[in-house]
Parts: sequence; C-alpha cells; structure tokens
Amino acid sequence: MPKLLSGAQIVFQALIDQKVEHIFGYPGGAVLPIYDELKNHKTIKHILARHEQGAGHAAEGYARSSGKPGVMLVTSGPGATNAVTALTDAYMDSVPLVCISGQVPTHLIGTDAFQECDTTGITRPCTKHNWLVKDVNKLAETMHLAFEVATTGRPGPVLIDIPKDIQFKKGKYKFVKNKLKKKLNGKVINKVSNNELDIFIDMIKKSKRPIFYTGGGIINSGPEASKLLRELVSLTGFPITSTLQGLGAYPGDDPQFLGMLGMHGTFEANNAMHDCDLMINIGARFDDRITGKVDEFSPNSKKIHVDIDPSSIGKNIKVDLAIVSDVSNLLKALLKRFKEKNKNFLDSNKEKTSQWWSQISKWREKKSLNFINSDKVIKPQHAVQRLYELTKNKDTFITTEVGQHQMWAAQHYKFDKPNRWMTSGGLGTMGYGLPAAVGVQIAHPEKLVIDIAGEASVLMTMQEMSTAVQYRLPIKIFILNNEYMGMVRQWQELLHEKNYSESYTAALPDFVKLAESYGCVGIRAKTPSELDAKINEMINIDKPVIFDCVVDKAENCFPMIPSGKPHNQMILGPEEEEEISDEGKVLV
Amino acid sequence: MAKSKSAYSEPVKAGKIDHHIIVVWVDNEAGVLARVAGLFSGRGYNIESLAVAEVDKKKHISRITIVTTGSPEVIEQIKLQLKKLIPVHKVADFKRNDKEILFRELALFKVLGNSKKQEKAKKICKKFNPVFLERTKKSFVLQVTALRRDIDKLALDLKPLGLISTSRTGAVAMTRGAKTFS
Repeated sequence: MPKLLSGAQIVFQALIDQKVEHIFGYPGGAVLPIYDELKNHKTIKHILARHEQGAGHAAEGYARSSGKPGVMLVTSGPGATNAVTALTDAYMDSVPLVCISGQVPTHLIGTDAFQECDTTGITRPCTKHNWLVKDVNKLAETMHLAFEVATTGRPGPVLIDIPKDIQFKKGKYKFVKNKLKKKLNGKVINKVSNNELDIFIDMIKKSKRPIFYTGGGIINSGPEASKLLRELVSLTGFPITSTLQGLGAYPGDDPQFLGMLGMHGTFEANNAMHDCDLMINIGARFDDRITGKVDEFSPNSKKIHVDIDPSSIGKNIKVDLAIVSDVSNLLKALLKRFKEKNKNFLDSNKEKTSQWWSQISKWREKKSLNFINSDKVIKPQHAVQRLYELTKNKDTFITTEVGQHQMWAAQHYKFDKPNRWMTSGGLGTMGYGLPAAVGVQIAHPEKLVIDIAGEASVLMTMQEMSTAVQYRLPIKIFILNNEYMGMVRQWQELLHEKNYSESYTAALPDFVKLAESYGCVGIRAKTPSELDAKINEMINIDKPVIFDCVVDKAENCFPMIPSGKPHNQMILGPEEEEEISDEGKVLV
Repeated sequence: MAKSKSAYSEPVKAGKIDHHIIVVWVDNEAGVLARVAGLFSGRGYNIESLAVAEVDKKKHISRITIVTTGSPEVIEQIKLQLKKLIPVHKVADFKRNDKEILFRELALFKVLGNSKKQEKAKKICKKFNPVFLERTKKSFVLQVTALRRDIDKLALDLKPLGLISTSRTGAVAMTRGAKTFS
C-alpha cells in the first residue's frame, strides 16, 4: 500500500512533479496547512506579495517571461476575490496561471462562514476551468489536470479551491500525465493538411499587396515560433505588423517591420492593413482595438487566420482560410512545403510586390510616431526613446501599466526577442506592471527589468515595492509622471469637450521620498538635459529604483484611430484633431 | 451628450435570426450546468428553454438540450465556446424546422372542473397523447407531449375550462431513423 500523504503534502508533491520552483502568494486562515508544509520543500520558493492581486500579476510576469506556468497561493474569501483581477487579466491575455485557494472546511461551506465566499462560482467566468476539491483522494489528479488545462491549447488561468479539512486529511498520491488529451478528442488539434498548406502558399504567390499581421499566439507558441516567423517573413519579403501582445516576435528595428498596428499603431501599418490584398493573421484575434470599424476593416483583402483557439476564428472578422493550429507546428509545416516547391520565390516575387513596397515607403514618410520635442520639458516619447537607446544592448525586460505610457512604450521601445515585453492588453489592468516586474525579476535574476509606468497606474499596486525590497529584486519603476490619468485626459480632450472630469490627481506622493521609505532608491528627472545621466544612474543601481520622470502634462498619444473609424482615417497629431462624430464619442 | 449605445465598436449587421436546438453532452459534475448557463448569460446569448438530466449512469454523462435564437455567426460562436468547456464531450446543433429531428416538450395542466369538463379537455388535447395523472370530482391534472407552439395553444384553449396551473419542460430532441447525433 502506498504511503498516505496529507492534502497539503499532496499539493507540494504535485508542484514538485510539475517542476514548480516559485509560488507567489499570501497566507491566511484557510491555507495555513499548506503554508505549514512549505518548510519541508526547499526546492520551492515562496514569494510573499503584499496583496493577492500583486501575487497574481507577479505570477503572470513570471509566466510570460519564462514560458512556464505561474503559480499563486491565496486564502479563502478576500484572498480569492483579490485574485480575481489577476485571473481575468491572465484569461484575456492567455497567460498560463495555476491559482490554489484555500476554502473554509467542507462542513462549513454554504453557512456564510468567516472568510467564506463562493470561489469557484466567482472565478468560473475568468478561468479556463476551476475545481472545488471535496475528496482528498482526487486532489493529486486535480492538481495535475489543472496544470495541463492551464498550459494546453490556448493557455490560461485555472483555480483549485481546497477546503481546509481536505488539506489535513490523508490521501493517495499519484502522478497522472496527459489525462486531458484522451478526453479532449481532437480539441487540442489537429495536423494541418497539405491541401490547406497548398491553398495558403497559393494565396501567398498570387498576392501583390500582402501583409503579415502577427500576435501573442507566436509568443505563446515558444521561441521556436519567433524563429520560424522570421524565416517565413524573410523568405517571402512581405511586410509585417504586430499587435501589442506580439511585439518582440519579430525584430522591431527590421526594415520589413511596419511597427505596431491598431488604435495607436503606425500610419504605415494601419494603411497597409486597410489596402492589402492578402492579410496573413498568425496568432492574433481581430480584437476591437485592432479592427476599428468592423464593416470597413480591410475591405478588399483575402484573409488567412491561424489560431490555436477555434472560437477565435470567425468571431469578429470572416476569413477566407482558417487554420486551427499551434503557430510553431503550422509554420514548420508551411516552411517545409513552401521551400520544396518554391526555390526562388523571393526573387520572382520582388517585382510583384515592388509597387506595394513603394506605397508603404510613402506612408512611412509621414513619420507618424514623430513628436515635437522640447529642450525645456521632457516629452514622454523622448523619455521612452532615451530609455530604449540606453538599455537596448542589455537584453532588457519591459513591463508596463496601462494608458498613454503603455502605448508610447509599445511605439518607441523596439523589441527584438520574444518574452521581453509584458503588458496587460486584453483586460487593460492599471497596476499590472509593477508586480509583473517582480515576477519577471524572479524568473530572470540577472537581467535588467523595467516597468514603464504612469503615476496613476503604479499607485494601484505600489505596495509591491515592499516585496521587491524584501527579495532584493532590483526592478526599475520608470514613471512617466504627468499628474493626469493621461489616456483618460486625452479622451476627455478629444471626445468630451476638454471636461477633465476627475482625471487629475491633486495629491500625489513624492515618489523619491516614497522610494526611500520603502528602502529603495528614488531618482527624479525634470529636464531633458539631465535625463540620460539619470537613466544611466538608475541602470547602475543594484537595488529597486523608483524613477520619477516629470513629463509634459498635456502630451497626447498619436497616431490614433478614433473609435468607430476605419484604419485609413487616423489622426496623426495635434494639428489634425478634427471634430469626432457623435457616434464616435459613444464608443469605448 | 450622445445617446448611450453598445460600448464596443458599432454593432455589425447581423444575419438572419433563427431558432436552434443545441444538444450538449457533459460530465455530470458539480457546477457543470452553471458553466453552460453562465457561458450563455456572460456572452449575451439567449436561452429559450433548457432540459437536462443524466443519460448515462455509468459514465455520468448528462445531456443538455438548449433552445436558443441567434444569427448564424452567433450560433457558430455558441458551439465553439461550448466545445472549449472542459466537461463538454460533444455538441450538436440543428434548426428547429429540421425535418430529420424529433422534438417534444411535456406539459402538465391543472384544471378545476367536473367530469364533463374533463372529457372536453381530453378532446382539446387529443392529438397530443393526453393522459390523466389525477382526477377528482372538482379538479384534474392532464399530461400532454407536444411541440412548444402546440402547448402554447393548448394552454390558451384550456383557460376557459378552468386552467389554474401549467408546468412544462424544455424541449428534448432525437434524430429520426437509425442515426444518432454525432
């Protein structure tokens, strides 16, 4: 008879068998037996956050920068409800996350016990799946299934709710692998047929105005996918644009790269999307920030969509060729087939797409990311550009909060490797970047990790600086401080007659003193002339730093597609802030 | 201020709205119905009726039959989203006017009335397998099996006879001939 383990021991044995090295969490009454067991497992390091949301975002940052699932451990009731934002964020951005939550003892469930809440009920719509474990003999199986669900297909968060009595009870432990695959019968997917590949290749060959539109699916498919993408793009000679989440899959400074597309994408990327005759979407989901007005989205193109999630296909935009597949698998098969049959494609195709490229050059001449620099105040775009120039040779990891600074970071920081860019895109969670940076630094202790932040966002999870100090994580919080919720202010300026309702923060803390009170270093830059020296100072400090970069308060983020407009009607800069229609104003 | 509208992008012209019957085979585990129903409410899909019961005692498989309305795009999304749920094994979908499919709903009518009215009621329902589940001097309970619109009509026709309570199931469905849903 096998040795019986307590529920808490089973949890750790499962974590060990899943090769988990770090968990992010916060203790409380209903998870104490699991915390008690922690001391017996030296290979697993627990990172104590200051709030469960922080633990969740840290686990997300860890997952996105390392490719491994993030694990978080929280208590019942408020512990679980605080984790909801992070779980939803992970769900929207397809981040593999395993959340273990404590629950009140089985006999108290349903009695409105202290710190009881219906955790599986609350988290049902924001997880891929969740479980309430009522039988200790099912705990091991559930733990392993949870990891499998989180990491299989389109990744995402899962939650295991474990009542306190189950954590004490003794039960059997068994490591069962690949339970899901049998059951999913075909859900995981599915070899790409040669016929589909031939149609794909034929569409590539016929196209005169092609564009690759790539997204986070490439990052999630692993570093191999980025390599294969680079090969395919160079083999075809086609232009490529990327979504916010896809940045880094293709080098940001490559001449074939048109920059990010979408609401704050470049003029050339959005116009190329609008005018193309072939759109090859690999691992992106036609999000509303990308498509703009759906009826006028790229009206004259054939569209190919590669996605691992069948429900992403045809959800927002109808496509001509849909392939449900992991990106790496598809690209590998496609490249093999392509090379067999088209040895000299690039040479033969140059002429066909030359007109398209000259059109793209004309769009590029608009230099849509340009801004009017100043020698008196720091322009936020200038700050991001300087940060990029001074850190680009260091294999830097960037996280962000949400708002104008996030878009400026996406526009002006050029990534050339996957997994270096962690930002909350789908849910748009202000307060994501600081705890995410904590998680990234845990996964990459020797690397430079910077959170490009706004002062409003960063205050939402500022308490995690205390975590960074505790674990000696030298994260750098680079705040573009304009004293406004900048993106809110921008929309109020453009869409609400400059009624800046509640978007100014009248009583901000002194970030330098705040940094010092946390036991880290505070730096403030107020003028462009001191910026470089101060950024260098920040980089060279081997401690967490809060960098208060005082920037122009009124700067807006351009270019911009106003809501409800198609891709070819962008606002390029302040001189073009034309009247936006009433219909446009009601859209988010 | 402009009037309030849907928050995300302008609504696209939807295709023709049709009635569909969606059949879902699921593991009969805690919360599975909430997952399916929550998917419908969370994504703004409509449930007209719902019938669910375990159909395989050994494997603990339940069969859920949902009547819904939607454009072809919405129906396609419903199916794809359902298939993503972990406890879901398979999903079948067909239009309500599909000739290859049999549908039935069951209804119980409680009517206050004497034996004369009872005979009258039975006559009204005669096409729909009427069965008296209970008869007293003053009241009776009549069971019928029929399509939704027929039951709607029967309820109207029984009203003047003294109908005081109606209980009905959601639709259940089965294929004709030797085939089963795949």
